[in-house]
Amino acid sequence: MTKFSAFNVARNAFSASKSWPKQWRNPEPRASYDAVIIGGGGHGLGTAYYLAKEHGLTKIAVVEKGWIGGGNTGRNTTIIRSNYLYDESAGIYEHSVKLWEKLSQELNYNVMYSPRGVLMLAHNVHDVQSSMRHVYADRLNGVDNEWLSPEECKAFCPPLNISNNIRYPVMGGALQRRGGVARHDAVAWGYARGADRLGVDIIQNCEVLRIDRDAAGTVSGIETTRGYIKTAKVGVVAAGHTSVVMERAGLRMPLESFPLQALVSEPIKPIFPCVVMSNTVHAYISQSDKGELVIGAGTDQYISYSQQGGLHIAAHTLEAICELFPQFRRMRMLRNWGGIVDTTYDRSPILSKTSIPGLYVNCGWGTGGFKATPGSAHVFAASMANDEMHPIAAPFSLNRFQSGRLIDEAAAAVAH
Amino acid sequence: MSHANRLAGRGRIDRSKPIIIQFNGREVPAYHGDTAASALIANGILHVGRSFKYHRPRGVLAAGAEEPNALLDIDRGNGRRDPNNRATVVEAFDGLVTRSQNHWPSLKYDVGTLNDMASPLFSAGFYYKTFMWPSAAWKRVYEPVIRRAAGLGKAPTVPDPDRYVHSHAHCDVLISGAGPAGLAAALAASVDGSRRIIIADEQNEFGGTLLHDLTSTIDGLSASDWVAQTVATLSQRSNVRMLPRTTVVAYYNHNHIALNQRLTDHQSNPSKGMARERLWQVRAGEVIAATGAHERPLVFAGNDRPGMLLADSLRAFINRYGVTPGRNVVIATSGASAYQAAIDAKSAGLFVTIVDYRKRDEIGDERLLATQAGIEILDNHSVIGSTGRTQVTGLIVAPKTASGGVGDVRTLNCDAVGMSGGWTPVVHLVSQSRAKLVFDTALDAFIPGEAYQSERSAGACRGVYALDECLANGHEAGSGAGAAPSAKSSEATGFEPVRLMPTNRQKLRDKAFVDFQNDVTAKDINLAVQEGFQSIEHVKRYTTTGMATDQGKTSNINALGIVAGALELTPPDVGTTTFRPPYTPTTFGAFAGQARGVLFDPERITPMHDWAVKKGAKFEDVALWKRAWYFPQGRETMHDAVQRECRAVRESVGIFDATTLGKIEVVGPDAAEFLNRIYTNSWLKLKPGRCRYGLMLKEDGYIMDDGVVARVADDRFHITTTTGGAPRVLGHMEDYLQTEFTDLKLSLTSTTEQWAVIAVQGPNARDVVAPLVSDIDMSNDAFPHMSMREGKVCGVPCRLFRVSFTGEAGYEINVPSDYGEAVWEAVYAAGQPYDITPYGTETMHVLRAEKGFIIVGQETDGTVTPEDVGLSGLVSKVKADFVGKRSLARPDLVAEGRKQLVGLLTLDPDVLLDEGAQIVDDPQAALPMPMLGHVTSSYVSPNVARGGTGDPQQSGDGRSIAMAMIAGGHSRVGTRLYATTREGFTEVQVTKPVFFDPDGGRANV
Amino acid sequence: MLLIKCPHCGERPEIEFHCGGEAHIARPLDPSQLDDVQWAELLFYRANTKGVMAERWNHLHGCQRWFNALRNTVSDKILRTYMMGEPRPYIGGEAQGAATGTLSYPAPGERSK
Repeated sequence: MTKFSAFNVARNAFSASKSWPKQWRNPEPRASYDAVIIGGGGHGLGTAYYLAKEHGLTKIAVVEKGWIGGGNTGRNTTIIRSNYLYDESAGIYEHSVKLWEKLSQELNYNVMYSPRGVLMLAHNVHDVQSSMRHVYADRLNGVDNEWLSPEECKAFCPPLNISNNIRYPVMGGALQRRGGVARHDAVAWGYARGADRLGVDIIQNCEVLRIDRDAAGTVSGIETTRGYIKTAKVGVVAAGHTSVVMERAGLRMPLESFPLQALVSEPIKPIFPCVVMSNTVHAYISQSDKGELVIGAGTDQYISYSQQGGLHIAAHTLEAICELFPQFRRMRMLRNWGGIVDTTYDRSPILSKTSIPGLYVNCGWGTGGFKATPGSAHVFAASMANDEMHPIAAPFSLNRFQSGRLIDEAAAAVAH
Repeated sequence: MSHANRLAGRGRIDRSKPIIIQFNGREVPAYHGDTAASALIANGILHVGRSFKYHRPRGVLAAGAEEPNALLDIDRGNGRRDPNNRATVVEAFDGLVTRSQNHWPSLKYDVGTLNDMASPLFSAGFYYKTFMWPSAAWKRVYEPVIRRAAGLGKAPTVPDPDRYVHSHAHCDVLISGAGPAGLAAALAASVDGSRRIIIADEQNEFGGTLLHDLTSTIDGLSASDWVAQTVATLSQRSNVRMLPRTTVVAYYNHNHIALNQRLTDHQSNPSKGMARERLWQVRAGEVIAATGAHERPLVFAGNDRPGMLLADSLRAFINRYGVTPGRNVVIATSGASAYQAAIDAKSAGLFVTIVDYRKRDEIGDERLLATQAGIEILDNHSVIGSTGRTQVTGLIVAPKTASGGVGDVRTLNCDAVGMSGGWTPVVHLVSQSRAKLVFDTALDAFIPGEAYQSERSAGACRGVYALDECLANGHEAGSGAGAAPSAKSSEATGFEPVRLMPTNRQKLRDKAFVDFQNDVTAKDINLAVQEGFQSIEHVKRYTTTGMATDQGKTSNINALGIVAGALELTPPDVGTTTFRPPYTPTTFGAFAGQARGVLFDPERITPMHDWAVKKGAKFEDVALWKRAWYFPQGRETMHDAVQRECRAVRESVGIFDATTLGKIEVVGPDAAEFLNRIYTNSWLKLKPGRCRYGLMLKEDGYIMDDGVVARVADDRFHITTTTGGAPRVLGHMEDYLQTEFTDLKLSLTSTTEQWAVIAVQGPNARDVVAPLVSDIDMSNDAFPHMSMREGKVCGVPCRLFRVSFTGEAGYEINVPSDYGEAVWEAVYAAGQPYDITPYGTETMHVLRAEKGFIIVGQETDGTVTPEDVGLSGLVSKVKADFVGKRSLARPDLVAEGRKQLVGLLTLDPDVLLDEGAQIVDDPQAALPMPMLGHVTSSYVSPNVARGGTGDPQQSGDGRSIAMAMIAGGHSRVGTRLYATTREGFTEVQVTKPVFFDPDGGRANV
Repeated sequence: MLLIKCPHCGERPEIEFHCGGEAHIARPLDPSQLDDVQWAELLFYRANTKGVMAERWNHLHGCQRWFNALRNTVSDKILRTYMMGEPRPYIGGEAQGAATGTLSYPAPGERSK
């Protein structure tokens, strides 16, 4: 394993980069593993990484139906923030932000975490009340979040239109300065490289056909398109396809999978310094290091695995963008795509044991999974290793759907 | 210099209409019919831009939409400036201002070229491997530098003055592309006059490749005459809609297609008010893709110098625009099609040499044609390099050897190069429709497989290249013969796929470009494979190949081929990336259309809106409604206005527009039973003429909405809902009525827009209203609080509610909306002796908070039960079932310590809490600090005595009040807690959430 | 944007409709008979089928009537729409998808609806 560093980049430059090794192997699956993670996105690869790194498991596989990082990890708008309302949410997202802050060094892979600030706009009195509630709750939870007047919003994000000539003028915004963006692909690749280095087998193009139990009802193995794998621990981290995978263990889930669209503009010189979100007019925008405006659109209303949504969803988002940033009306959409987001009733994730001993599930991140990647992976790995949900993960158990102890960030008016 | 590179007697440009465009401040003479690209080439301006990463000098590569290099900043005046325009599709007009991009300080001298020198450092993915230390430096140092270096042009900085519109259409056949196949399809499809046909083409003229075809004949006509005749025929058919300058940009589900029509970009002085672009949304019975093919460049070191074009694009410039980048042309090719470019160049009087990768015996009849034209052919040759800086000066070629290497190198002096590495069918549309693409080895290309939606492909986009076959193919598709397109019928164009031209050079800085704009080289792609990136999606993301503004139109197959070669797989085994919409970059404005300002979302206004505007009201947005927020007088602040309004209602009488409350008429024999199941409380025994406050839950047990309901008759109820909740409540009720409670007979009708509602509240309310009312006994006994009477007000039929959201005696006068303003004015006039005061939503909020009345959505947030807000009395204990009842019994909903509604009084009455402030027990506790709940409502009340509970006799005194949801709140009444403030914390007293008239006597007077 | 055939009005664009999720989940006549697990299943657990599913649609900006549709969630093609109250039609060859599992929590076997 060649360490990634400026020195090695320079050294390789003069050998035509001939000595860079594979970032991860492409192994054949072994007959058995101590633990198998189903799903090679950021959360799954991260779970494998932390299982190997922090919990001493040595025989771990990640099985991925397609290619790693090809699902929502590689399709999202890369927003990172932790300014959630409820203690449970702030707990897991803040845990995640703290890991983001050191992730490039941890993985020796530049994931380009860029804490450029996430500004969430308020457009009516109710928004203001809700924003203030978040700001105060975050402050007491040790999460940075501050209220800005419209003029302060404009100073922080100069392209923003704060005039009264729009349908829902900006009444202020809540800013989390430590929020920002990262390079989504690098997260998957960085965890994959790190996990591979610790001996994890990353097995791509391998679809799980069945999850088996032994006579005692405990997980015993999985049938895959690349052969049978014996294992006593399975973590399902399959995002939009979680219901499909869990059905192969005979279980139903409290999930629905919807198309979520995003789009980018043509690249331009730096003009947009931060991330701006508006839940009221449905606009989420930042600028990538490559120069593209990265814009998140909404979900379509029906369940779909097509990774494709309707024109009206993207168009509505661009209406909102053009309201808030009328100078971008002449910008051009370069690419519009869809992901599949698995959503729960309360729009909070599920990290849980299941009725099958040895089977764990991490899903339901809806539109907000990317930001949680390191934190989710970290506490899920601990939960799997110890067969006991990590305290940060525990509130997100499936139990809550029976007890009614929902964590309803959406109902509290601010989601995403 | 002017028109130095213009060729005499050629082209479709209008030489009688000279125009002048600007490039980097320099005047460039051109003709009507030129594109920016052809105008620049005509004047010898070949170096028109800098590449993304290495800032290499670049010129025009293509003649059409696939152009990766020649991106210009275009300024059409008055703020109409935008970057990244492909010079090849920008129509020139007099006064057009263009600028090159991505260089500093100038196009000629660009410090960014240092990247080119240091290029070995910037191999694929280099940024993932470095810039990690120290950790704070990424954000502060590295990232800003990288960001500045990246990006292409500069974003517009002023609001776009242009307008964009949408049109919707249905048709039987939508044809994308008006080249030979598309035109033939349109001719065939439109014979039946009952079929509605739309044919769209991205160019200003129909004809496609026929526009630069000077040698072919169709039906005995020259290509250009056939196009003219066909266009004339089609334009006479009333069932055909022809859309030039219209790109079919996206193909969605259920044959929903988006087309973007550019209306004014080609005009010097578009008429005022004319929309710039029109987005068509077409629901097509069938789509025929006749989208053609893109030529591929050859991949060799230095294949990117200005003056080096795709061969057929060079031909298009020569034939269609009468321009050439140089007089000494080398055509480098691995296939037959480029020979026509060579022949046309020769006939235009240029010196031409052909370098053919293929062995002599692999070259077909084209050889003879070229030889007859007097063109020298170097067969079995590789291209291994080029010379020149801002324009190519030579092409370095060498014969291939049997061992796969190359022989003696020679340099062909030239000032223009046409490259051809074969053709890539434009399968974007059918890929967007989710048709599978199949790889055709002979064509070395993906072509459409089985159709997924109702679509067909015709012509070059399905690998049919010969003109006669394109026409036949188009005709077949247009006439609907043959259910699915048959397999391609024509021979490949005699072309031999070559991934990377054989070479003997291994220089570190040599760059054989695959993706020109993103500066992705063959080396980069091989490095990605070496590092384990094997899926084409991985390679694409790691190297960024195919992700530039051209989305890989000229590069995808070359990249795929190189990956396949490195992995010793076939291209389809490596996979093809999915084509995402739009086909070419499309303005945000086109998608947004007219939706701006008041057209972004409908504005709902009440019949009394204009009156409020005249009175100087300030408005707030509540859902789609504009609601009068407060009525400032003179220079009054919001605070002062609200305090005045609040006092007026308590002391005399106020008038308030309550029209926005949702209203639903529930009618039918089972109406009462239905409400019994929908609301938590009981309705069967409510008498006609009486009102009851109703609480409604979602099935999850949490409060959904509330409002006063009046029983109008045994079988008729008048329901009110919250302003924002009205559509949701109606939908909720309809859902249960239609799908669960199907045993019940009743109907639901939204009457929100039918009734104007005038609230008159205050001790003098009756005195104001009564004189206007007829047919109703207004006495307190005959018409008590919480009742409703039908009668007339000002002679207008009304439903008069005696209800109160203020705690005062009062009425809500419901009259048909058309009478709303008139009755309002009459009430206002009648109230003058009592100084009747119009008040807005803010005062309404304060008054109800004084009384401890909740607002759903403010005190509640979707996680609150009736018990939580002290309304358990409204939850029937006797009803067996109602929506949400079962959920109320779940463990967490009956758990101890839930948040409950309380009042809060700050110890300092002048301190106003923020709504949203958090409540804690111990402000000294360490973070994360345990929180008990939050402030839901907070106001300055003029009616509550400074010491505490309101006493009307002391009104004018005033203090802050607040409502809050606090864990175990009911049991904390009387204790002290702390609330967050901007600066820190302030101490608060927990009280019952009623600050004024706790016995509620005032409403009953 | 989907094109949906309202059984009452005919084909209309999706923006006229509201999707109500999985169909044929009947609210029990007496919800109090369900324990917390069964009630959670009814409220929150869904097949989330990849393949052909029956789902509810409301022609909100039209006749306001609810109806059901069979739609393939992979292709998004609508195979059939039918009246509320009609049983789910089965069309030959359709994949059944993830419609058959039991609850994921708690113990299996004892909670089948």
